[in-house]
Amino acid sequence: MKYAWWPGCVARGATPELYMSTVAVLDKLGIEYEEMHDFSCTGAGVLQERNQKLGDTLNVRNFAIAEKLGLPIMTICSTCQGVMAQAHQRVLSNAGYLKEINQVLAEEGLEYRGTTVIKHLLWILVEELGVEGLKKHFTRDLSCLSVAPFYGCYLIRPSNALGLDKVPIRETSLEKVIEATGARVIDFAGKKACCGFPILLINQENSLKMVASHTGTAKDGGADAMVTPCPLCHLNLDGYQSKAAKKNRPDGHIDLPIIHLPQLVGLAMGIEPRMLGFQKHIVSAKDLLETYRAKAGAIAR
Amino acid sequence: MQATVRIRRFNPEQPANNGKFQEFKLDVPDSTTVLDALIKVREDVDGTLGVRCSCRASICGSCGMRVNGQAKLACKTKIADVSRHGEPITVEPMGNMPVVKDLITDMKVFWDKLRQVEPYLQPEGPAPKGEYIASDESMNHLVGVMNCIMCGACVSDCTVLAVDKNFIAPAALAKAYRFVADPRDSRTSQRLGVLNESGGVWDCVRCMYCVEVCPKGVAPMERIMKMRDLAMEAGYNNTPGARHTESFASSVKSDGLLNETKLAIDSTGIFNIPGQLAQAPVAVRALLRGKLPPLFGHKIKARKQIKRVFEKVEGQE
Repeated sequence: MKYAWWPGCVARGATPELYMSTVAVLDKLGIEYEEMHDFSCTGAGVLQERNQKLGDTLNVRNFAIAEKLGLPIMTICSTCQGVMAQAHQRVLSNAGYLKEINQVLAEEGLEYRGTTVIKHLLWILVEELGVEGLKKHFTRDLSCLSVAPFYGCYLIRPSNALGLDKVPIRETSLEKVIEATGARVIDFAGKKACCGFPILLINQENSLKMVASHTGTAKDGGADAMVTPCPLCHLNLDGYQSKAAKKNRPDGHIDLPIIHLPQLVGLAMGIEPRMLGFQKHIVSAKDLLETYRAKAGAIAR
Repeated sequence: MQATVRIRRFNPEQPANNGKFQEFKLDVPDSTTVLDALIKVREDVDGTLGVRCSCRASICGSCGMRVNGQAKLACKTKIADVSRHGEPITVEPMGNMPVVKDLITDMKVFWDKLRQVEPYLQPEGPAPKGEYIASDESMNHLVGVMNCIMCGACVSDCTVLAVDKNFIAPAALAKAYRFVADPRDSRTSQRLGVLNESGGVWDCVRCMYCVEVCPKGVAPMERIMKMRDLAMEAGYNNTPGARHTESFASSVKSDGLLNETKLAIDSTGIFNIPGQLAQAPVAVRALLRGKLPPLFGHKIKARKQIKRVFEKVEGQE
């Protein structure tokens, strides 16, 4: 299967390690892709609060480009996935609305007929490759690690736009991937809550409380790392963790590495951590990688 | 069918088992709701179980509680839908509110917040002889908000309220929208001014929990977003939230992509020197790790087309 890959803004901006690790993993998994250089930002829900039709038009433009290429879209960001899925649901359920949007796009020679499939890499792993198919690519056993899942709101809600009722595996997809690597899943109540990123620049006090609560609970529950399919969650949980800990934890520390989905998969595939961009994390992944190097043995075939 | 219901118990007079789950195995018809099951437990097994309910038809809003970790109306939730393969169902009281007994919560916080937004019409001038007349078109879009049955599900699962008791929270904000958008109300601007303050519309994280858990399709978050737009239109645009939205839009309009560095500077306020300095340590750490995006960041080739989409759609308004 070949995909029209939309990396999103943040993977090419503040989380370059997500871009690096995705490329490294896709190549080794044999997932074909064509990077979409002409797609625009999805609006992340922010543009939509100012003008929903504007946000929807930009997304439909992206869908139309992929449709023209005959390729499904692959995202690597929970927010991109969710915002695209919501826009898709709105235009598919309202033919008149889609027609109005197509009129705007006609000047660029684009018309969307409604056939593009949009899937996050996480869903592609569990639905297309399947857990057993994914395991075949793994060469290192990560049972020495305990990993907490953190989904990102837009990959979970609204559940009807994301098709969680039709494809129930999506609801536990992150746990499925962690289990497939051999790592222990650290379950905690906040795994589907908000990371606080959307209000980081608006109400930082609240945002930091959310960061401290989620990372602190996971750490206290025994996690060596937290894995997320959302680079926006990563930005907040990684970049602001030490500030959050200083303000909200008695000892002022949490020190929980926040890793991207393809970084976890890459470790299990035996890809050199440097190729996965671990050196770019704000919360050091040094201890995690030491455990990995010392204890994650080769899988016997 | 067999149903296993795990209920979180709480009794202030006998605290020994507070917070613990008690499991009940029941033989029930396939169409059984969670509420039916709870009533069966109370009537046949343990008469001390505290559960609040009335209409059993998702009209009264009394039986809000968490089923498998998410707020729902127990009477509208079928066992078969939340336990597809017969797995145990967990039932807990709503969150963000103190528990009175077992599944019954004290909804004072809910009502206090509702009162805070002055949830009644405040028209101007002398009262008309008959009714206040409003056209169908001006009121139809409010029907969804008026469907609220005040069950508290959205307040229970609000992720902001969990960290900030000052937040007005989804139900009251949706109710505020009902009057902000009512053509007969005379205090639209004042209402938006209050909602623009701390605890108001800009503190929502857009996590969509309220949209997901509302049993009546009120979609509180969508109303909150609408009020952000209305507040900016009414001239309340010198807040971090308003600057954030404007900066985001201008970045996508000019580059086709988001510029995170510019967004941080603009949202904080370019002349807010203490605010900018407070951002500095994180920015320096990001820079040292080679991940601070440049101020004049990436642009897509098709940015002319994107700009045209902006102009065309914004021109339609």
